[in-house]
Amino acid sequence: MTRRLTVAVVYPDLLGTYGDGGNGTILAKRAAWRGIDVDLVHAPSAEPLPRADLYCIGGGEDGPQVRAARCLVDDGTLPAAVADGAAVLAVCAGYQLVGRRFPDAGGQAVEGLGLLDAVTVKGTGRRAVGEVVADPGPGSPRTATGELLPTLTGFENHGGRTTVGAGSAVLARVRSGIGNGDGPGGGPATEGAWSGRVLGTYLHGPVLARNPALADLLLGWATGGDVSLDPLDDGEEQALRAERLAAAPRR
Amino acid sequence: MSGVALGWRSQLAVSAVRLANETSRRLGRGSGTVAGGRAGLAVDPGLLGRLAAGRRVALVSGTNGKTTTTSLLARALTPPGPAAPVACNTTGANMPAGHVAALVAAPQARRAVLEVDEGYLARLVAETSPDVVVLLNLSRDQLDRVAEVRMVAAGWRAALAGVGPATAVVANADDPLVTYAAAPAPAVHWVGAGLVWGADAVGCPACGGRIRTGGGGWACDTCDLARPEVEIELAGDGARMADGGNVALTVALPGRFNRANALMAAVAAAASAPVGGVGPPTLGEALARIATVVEVAGRFSVVDRGGVAARLMLAKNPAGWTAILDLLDEEVAAGRADRPLVLAVNARTADGADPSWLWDVPFERLAGRVVVATGDRCRDLAVRLRYAEVDHVTEPSPPVALHRAGGSGAAVDVIANYTAFSDLRGHR
Ligand SMILES: [Zn+2]
Repeated sequence: MTRRLTVAVVYPDLLGTYGDGGNGTILAKRAAWRGIDVDLVHAPSAEPLPRADLYCIGGGEDGPQVRAARCLVDDGTLPAAVADGAAVLAVCAGYQLVGRRFPDAGGQAVEGLGLLDAVTVKGTGRRAVGEVVADPGPGSPRTATGELLPTLTGFENHGGRTTVGAGSAVLARVRSGIGNGDGPGGGPATEGAWSGRVLGTYLHGPVLARNPALADLLLGWATGGDVSLDPLDDGEEQALRAERLAAAPRR
Repeated sequence: MSGVALGWRSQLAVSAVRLANETSRRLGRGSGTVAGGRAGLAVDPGLLGRLAAGRRVALVSGTNGKTTTTSLLARALTPPGPAAPVACNTTGANMPAGHVAALVAAPQARRAVLEVDEGYLARLVAETSPDVVVLLNLSRDQLDRVAEVRMVAAGWRAALAGVGPATAVVANADDPLVTYAAAPAPAVHWVGAGLVWGADAVGCPACGGRIRTGGGGWACDTCDLARPEVEIELAGDGARMADGGNVALTVALPGRFNRANALMAAVAAAASAPVGGVGPPTLGEALARIATVVEVAGRFSVVDRGGVAARLMLAKNPAGWTAILDLLDEEVAAGRADRPLVLAVNARTADGADPSWLWDVPFERLAGRVVVATGDRCRDLAVRLRYAEVDHVTEPSPPVALHRAGGSGAAVDVIANYTAFSDLRGHR
């Protein structure tokens, strides 16, 4: 059964510093290659946010991040769409702003959307910059066939430290890199958060390029599981994954 | 030293620069310009200002085109005949250590033309009292290293608010971030030099409102920031003056963005101050000199690599890549045959460790061409090309990639980012 799928890239004028628009491209192509009719919408902050099945929220600088959070709260479409079953991929600054609170440039707490039970504060140590490897485990989201996602690989660049509350679950355990920075002394422990169909991660930019299984998980959520997603030839993604997993520093 | 006596400390610092350069050269570590400059600044932190004193200094900054524009401006300011030497950091060492080295290397030069890293422009303006500042464009660069582009624009603006009317600012009126930065200066020459990549200019740098474009202009929909009246702008293959007169642009370097660089350099040359009683060139004289520049630091040079003739093109960030894709389209439109294309991407320190920017480049425009992906990060590039639906071959080794693209004897176009470009240039 085919249906239409709308993928919206949220506020590329404010959030999109790290090639994050790529996630929208990847989701749209992976749907289209399975015969799904896709609309890929780039939704600017000056206009009302359109209704979509799947929203991608990217990374951004401190000022635009605060502005984006205010616009999304005022607009109200995103929380309503999520309540109706829309899926969300939120990356880096986007991850922080879908949580309950995050810091502005001066470290003052700003109200987030509360779509995830996560609170971010300004870290005291060094900015987390570099390769991340993180392993899904108990509590991580399951694919349509009930399996865990493969190991996640990505690149992070953030100063915030995020604590995930009881209302959400962590996405994975950090093997290399910092992630949420909720370990002792702001060190590594867990990475990302999710609940319902909302998923946030510090793996910034085009995280789905390296993690096609995550892209398909989101597509499964966005289509409500009523479209079967045939396997694609992901040989190039697998080659990239293997290279990046080998390149990440070991602890 | 240009008739200006340096104190003992600065003289010692200059000796340190020369000694470090000499040592570095003997050890085979290149020309050692940066090492020497660093040594000199360690001895005398005010050395740059002292070396600049008594000279006319032109500064060129922006995200893209600054090496080329610096070269073109230096040529435009070099009169024919027995040359009055111009000090210039032609090696691309565009931070203060490189500026010190360039000034020490040309003690007789009464004119300096310096390429300046965006993050150092305020310091150079303060220390060198320039007669000309050229502002080309501002957009995102290597993301894990460089401060936010809006912060750079704000820093430029603060610096230029403090200059007097003796400093001519030549600014690209098509770039809202540049316009915001240049606006407070008392003597601005606005040039319509185009904007290849506007994604960083959709939010107003003054108020955060939305920048709307149309009809050849742009304006914020909330505050009064808008494209200023220009004195000259790109039009077709040439330029058009505010009074409607047309100016021919003869530029050996290809592409619209190089015509933009040439126009900015020519306006800057004409706006510069006299040196030793000799006035600046007219716009026409400057353009005539610029037309004689056929190569800048290997960009667009054709090299032979294992029997393959490869045209080397440098692109360091999304705006740079977009400009080269524009150039390829321009050439196809002009009847030049499609050549096999090698794309080389690294992510070493000088490139930035994070190649996420690949997703900001509209590679979709290469659909239908023969493309080989190479370099340290060819696998990231390959995945990007897959989602752009561009058929490609992936080959990590650049020499092998060139051979695969041009094996049949065809000439090949190469687009490479910074270290990939340097490797290909140096590789024999
Ligand atoms: Zn404005």
